[in-house]
Amino acid sequence: MVSVHSEQIIPASVKVLVAGGFGVGKTTLVGSVSEIPPLSTEELLTEASSGVDDLAGVEGKTTTTVALDFGRITVSPRIVLYLFGTPGQDRFWFMWDELAYGAAGAIVLIDTRRLEASFAAIDFFERRRIPFVVAVNHFEGSYDYEADEVRKALAINDSIPVVACDARKKDSSKLALIKLLEHAMSRLPAAEPKVS
Amino acid sequence: MAQPPDHWFDEEAGPLVRPYAMTRGRTRPATGWLDVATQVMAVDSGGDPLGLGPEHQAILRLCRQPLSIAELAAYVDLPLVVAKVLLSDLIERGDVVVRAPEQVASAPGRDLLQAVLDGVRAL
Repeated sequence: MVSVHSEQIIPASVKVLVAGGFGVGKTTLVGSVSEIPPLSTEELLTEASSGVDDLAGVEGKTTTTVALDFGRITVSPRIVLYLFGTPGQDRFWFMWDELAYGAAGAIVLIDTRRLEASFAAIDFFERRRIPFVVAVNHFEGSYDYEADEVRKALAINDSIPVVACDARKKDSSKLALIKLLEHAMSRLPAAEPKVS
Repeated sequence: MAQPPDHWFDEEAGPLVRPYAMTRGRTRPATGWLDVATQVMAVDSGGDPLGLGPEHQAILRLCRQPLSIAELAAYVDLPLVVAKVLLSDLIERGDVVVRAPEQVASAPGRDLLQAVLDGVRAL
């Protein structure tokens, strides 16, 4: 693989995940801060694909496609930030693993009328120690709750930032992203890297 | 439940088989880990275009400037895994370079996060 010195001309990528239940506004949030209209790609999934390098025996497998929406922010000529909306359905968690690998963190978008739709995402990031913030998306007819009330309802640690958000608005989505990046930095080990 | 022998695949296999035909049945890239966000760029290797399919050539045209694998897959309208296999062909031929893999395999460090934070604040 040719990669020698390629870092001098090829930008670094940073990934942020936008997670939450189906229909909570993930793609809306991605679209409001992205410099391009959100792109969509899909992943082909074949059951029992591990350890299989070709399609011999394809008849025994079930297949499905998972759509993935994402946006892009060119931070500088050397750095590009990507925001990936995670597939909303719980059964596609295994795809989150690839997305979460090396990610800076996640924004978990919630609708206070359907809090339980976010439990799976919160559990996923907690267990993998991936930094996340909770963004409470504003919907018509949704109540306003204090951050502490939201934390209590979600059973999350006091250190997890909770921000109010209107995913349709760039400044609001940007604020959620800033909170996440600040939170991710606060979780980095201090000067001396710890050996774990 | 076993399928009748004359229907060894159902219609759901359709979208599976055709995209993989482009990769000659390969379902994973030969070059190891390629992340969805990995940036790749075409270089002029002087290689013979013989053996490259139209999708390979579309990828080469698109990544004259650095582009992520996810963006390439979206623009050429291929599933991610297919785009990765085709890219691995191009990487092996020396037609495409990738950013060194160790730089995408771990969460960003302080300097990179700070640069991203500064950039997002300035949006």
